Amino acid sequence: MTRWRGFYPLTSQLLRTSRRCLFERFMAHDWLKGVDDTYDVVVIGSGLAGLTGANCLARCGRKVLLLEHHYQFGGLATWFTRKGGHIFDISLHGFPIGMIKSARKYWSQEIADSIVQLKGIRFVNPQFNLTTTFDRADFTRLLIEHFRVPVEVVERFFTDLRAMNFYDHNPETTGEMLDRYFPGRDDVKRFLMEPITYANGSTLADPAITYGIVFSNFMSKGVYTFRGGTDLLIRKMSEELVRNGVELRKHVAVEKVLVSEIDGARRVTGVIANGRTIRCQAVLSNANLKGTILKLVGEEQFPPDFVARANAVRINTSSCQVYLGIRKGESIPPIGDLIFVSDSPHFTSDELVDFRTTSRTFSVYYPETRPGSGRYAVVCSLNARYEDWNQLADEDYRREKQRLIDESIACLERFVPDVRAKIDWAEAATPRTIERYTRHWKGTSFGTKFEGLKVSMDLPSQLPGLHHAGSVGIIMSGWLGTINYGVIAANNIDKYLFAQKRPEPAPPAPVAGAGPG
Amino acid sequence: MTKDDCKKLVTEIIADIAPDEDLSNLKPDVRLRDQLQLDSMDFLDIVMELRKRHGIEVPEADYIQLASLESCAEYLTPKFNALEGKR
Repeated sequence: MTRWRGFYPLTSQLLRTSRRCLFERFMAHDWLKGVDDTYDVVVIGSGLAGLTGANCLARCGRKVLLLEHHYQFGGLATWFTRKGGHIFDISLHGFPIGMIKSARKYWSQEIADSIVQLKGIRFVNPQFNLTTTFDRADFTRLLIEHFRVPVEVVERFFTDLRAMNFYDHNPETTGEMLDRYFPGRDDVKRFLMEPITYANGSTLADPAITYGIVFSNFMSKGVYTFRGGTDLLIRKMSEELVRNGVELRKHVAVEKVLVSEIDGARRVTGVIANGRTIRCQAVLSNANLKGTILKLVGEEQFPPDFVARANAVRINTSSCQVYLGIRKGESIPPIGDLIFVSDSPHFTSDELVDFRTTSRTFSVYYPETRPGSGRYAVVCSLNARYEDWNQLADEDYRREKQRLIDESIACLERFVPDVRAKIDWAEAATPRTIERYTRHWKGTSFGTKFEGLKVSMDLPSQLPGLHHAGSVGIIMSGWLGTINYGVIAANNIDKYLFAQKRPEPAPPAPVAGAGPG
Repeated sequence: MTKDDCKKLVTEIIADIAPDEDLSNLKPDVRLRDQLQLDSMDFLDIVMELRKRHGIEVPEADYIQLASLESCAEYLTPKFNALEGKR
């Protein structure tokens, strides 16, 4: 025994040492090797807004460096693999048809061509049980036939929604607006609102315009996904970026955005990343809005009233997910692509984000997602509050994650009774997981509430050269919103750089006494 | 540059942004939005392409000038000619 006692600490000491060596070697690797000292634009973060903004700027002929702290590009448009050949997508299922056009315009025809419709969208709750293709025609049919809403009300609702304008400054909330068309119809509200909450974290208390824009986008022609999976999409985007000359780096955390005073005015002049200074004329931050202003730049660089506005921006809620991998060779029957399930007798925005919510969405991944793979997976998404998860002690945290897994499998058994025996991988993610991998403020999965959009858009006027794009203001959440916001920001940066271009300097005047003469 | 040349350049840009649209019968005096499936992102693309291809900046306040081919020509032709003068 004595021998062992001496041996054990030695082994663990050795293990610790070798692990530390590996860690140090990893850290010592220069992830910025070969990167130049100066760029036109540094993009912080590789979410879809960062990737798309970088691509647009490169196509405009700008010299772009894109830096991602994680070991994978994509931000929340991401995936992970697990033992047993499992691939889990985090946010792939369910974007509007507009993605096809944006993918073609800002990426490639090839990427656009891989976008396919999901036709089996189901709702299962105590108020109704139905399947829809999730487009205006089918929603109209269901509202009239199933919910018995008069046809003229349905038509007026859809037409008015389409006509809603961001610049109208309508003070109405989504709840008030829905009450106006469908008074006392909790079930109709649930039908119209529940999917949107999973898509962007919005509630009945948010401005009606956020609902109008997002719902109209979805209601255009249904719900779509990317055939081939998130891994293929991000690989294709990365290849396109390289083709267009963008310098892409992973494992590089931007610590600070540098600001200097030039000709009496402060503006962005570079970043510090992995300890190294890189100069640039503009920064496109795809990091969280509050993180950008208050941490990366620092409030001392902004006027006090703007700092107050930034501080007042409310962070949106977050999500939990349960990943269920189906054993190789096993299959599950076609139960639908997206299933919105709830045991709550009534619909409230609070119940959806409750720590013990019974409301969840199953995204079912059939082999068609990755043709040829033959694999099935189910990702269960729940809305969540960061505060509920962040305060848990480690043991409670583990227990609550297990509860999520157990409840999700039990719920899935209603659709596939023998599914438990087919699952050979199950794990859960929480707002803490999102915080760890994306560094999002309070682990949010949906950016900020409405007021964040104005703060984000006002950034360049507060600090020239500083631009932000990403999930803000609800409208810019989700894949389509954030891609388009990346383009809008890229246009503003290109405009800024265009204006910076100074006239050709005059030839230097000869200096008396200089030269050998 | 004539206004017709300018309309041609704008039409070329639109053809690239909206390859599925038939542009052969575009009415110059009717709003583009009323004849084509163009959204606000498409108009932003027109602005970006004008800067990229021709070095012309359209301030946000003037986006409304891009409503129809005719108004584009009215607004952009002097800008094209001013640039040519500088070259």
